[in-house]
Amino acid sequence: MDKKNTYTKPFLVLSLILVICFFTNISLGSVYIPLKGVFNSLIGTATEQETWQHIIQNYRLPKAITAIIVGSGLGISGLLMQTLFRNPLAGPFVLGISSGASLGVAIVILGSGIFGGIFASLFISKWGIVLAASLGSFLVLLSVLMVSIKVRDTMAILIIGLMFASITAALVSVLSYFGSAQQLQQYIFWGFGSLGNLSWDEIFIFFLIFTVGIVISITSIKSLNTLLLGENYAKSLGLNIKKSRLTIIIATSLLAGTITAFAGPIAFIGLAIPHLTRQVFNTSNHKILLPAVFLFGAIIMLVCDSIAQLPNSDFTLPINAITSLVGAPVVIWLLVRKRKMIF
Amino acid sequence: MASNIKNIILKTTELSIGYSSRKEKNIVASNINIQLEKGKLIGLIGANGIGKSTLLRTLTNVQNPLNGSIEINQKNIIEYSAVDLAKVLSLVLTEQIASKNLSVFELTALGRQPYTNWVGNLSGNDIEIVNKALKQTNLLDLKHKKCFELSDGQLQKVMIARALAQDTDLIILDEPTTHLDMYHKAYILKLLQKLAKETNKTILFSSHEIDLTIQLCDTLIVMTDNEVVSDAPCNLITKGTFGSLFPNDLIAFNEKTGSFRVKK
Repeated sequence: MDKKNTYTKPFLVLSLILVICFFTNISLGSVYIPLKGVFNSLIGTATEQETWQHIIQNYRLPKAITAIIVGSGLGISGLLMQTLFRNPLAGPFVLGISSGASLGVAIVILGSGIFGGIFASLFISKWGIVLAASLGSFLVLLSVLMVSIKVRDTMAILIIGLMFASITAALVSVLSYFGSAQQLQQYIFWGFGSLGNLSWDEIFIFFLIFTVGIVISITSIKSLNTLLLGENYAKSLGLNIKKSRLTIIIATSLLAGTITAFAGPIAFIGLAIPHLTRQVFNTSNHKILLPAVFLFGAIIMLVCDSIAQLPNSDFTLPINAITSLVGAPVVIWLLVRKRKMIF
Repeated sequence: MASNIKNIILKTTELSIGYSSRKEKNIVASNINIQLEKGKLIGLIGANGIGKSTLLRTLTNVQNPLNGSIEINQKNIIEYSAVDLAKVLSLVLTEQIASKNLSVFELTALGRQPYTNWVGNLSGNDIEIVNKALKQTNLLDLKHKKCFELSDGQLQKVMIARALAQDTDLIILDEPTTHLDMYHKAYILKLLQKLAKETNKTILFSSHEIDLTIQLCDTLIVMTDNEVVSDAPCNLITKGTFGSLFPNDLIAFNEKTGSFRVKK
């Protein structure tokens, strides 16, 4: 804390990398657009081909922004959960958020056979799936929150979250068993995650909720640092454990919940980014970690997305697979090289 | 004991401690009347399971008393808000801290939490107090070390420094010498004695090191099956209180040496 200045340099470097990744991400895609064309489309001046401007402004820019929101949001909610549960294996989905969302989506996609045709065609639009995912994760979270108000032990909340995840996973299995092959495929595709396909309207709502989540996380920095001592010490320092716990859970739900609703259940990022950040910054102080996780999350997500679209080809790989394929070796490498886990 | 009321930091009146559930009350100890004075080092001793931890938990407002009252600075403990209580009472617990990746300075600085702003920024005054606490505990050389690099004895000193940085009239430590070797047991208790004198804070700790506490403490609170006695160590020896501390089939208290001996 008294060595604040030593962190200025890594932050500048990271911000620079983020900017570079952002532009690289936008210039890569199935259609080749020269760098000059990319810049011109971004600032709105005429480009050689009109389609370029259309591609950049309506497809690539929204996707890059989504990637930044998803990466930083998941990273931060993972950080909050790891500190709250004092568990390096915790991630943004330990409270059952992604399983709640998948149950919602499974009911809409797979359950359409059971609930009848009209209902199905009405809801299998994109908004229908977003709505179902939000509703699903919201309901599961609400149950976890109600339990967490009653339960004194934070670890119990962790277990309860895992139990809710098991229940929803079981329900999804039952629904899958009755679903048709086509419905199953559609459900599995949702599970791959997707950063594209968001309109500016959707991104606006996405960004709004994301900002609220980030602001709540920032107000929790002090209690997060106090929680590093353990709950009993935190209490002896005058921290209201139940209130801070609730605030942290709400921030996580807002972040991870909306991300899952709009981009699907994206694996790995939330668990790994906080570890990556701790290894690089070698601190547990959340005043440093929070902005650092934000930058790292955004960078890694942009890189993963650039890889997923296989530049200059028409294929787009599932983002969910790429995040793990790219990210997991990085974390393994860091842990092996530094030989110790920082928590 | 007639002492100036202003010098009394903590006072219990007819305190009963224990656990209550809907069905029954389980009283661990009752009629506890103790007064802790400013600048004194007070040891709390008693056999395993006699209720030392319950007493400390009650005194620190972790659990409610069954009966009677606890006053800190002439104000009932239940009238304190969490943050206000954190400004008069700091703790050193037996549990491990959750993250050992904090540096010695950072950990000590967390003691300033009740005073810092919403994001926990340290003011110049805060940093001064933290450095003073580190100096008083001889930790300045280790200031930038991470906690996982420290020995048990050093870590215990950091936890004491953190309590000092919290700048409270009363510091309560739960068995601060467990896991330490003989030298460091004496070292930590000697340090507490020095801190009580230098800083004029009241320091209360529970311990199983009866011979050390007899030598170093100003006052001892002895918990036995029948009563809770608080007095100066030499008075307690003359009264023969230590004889009733443990079952007398194995060990006996030697009044001359002030220590327990195994019966031959």
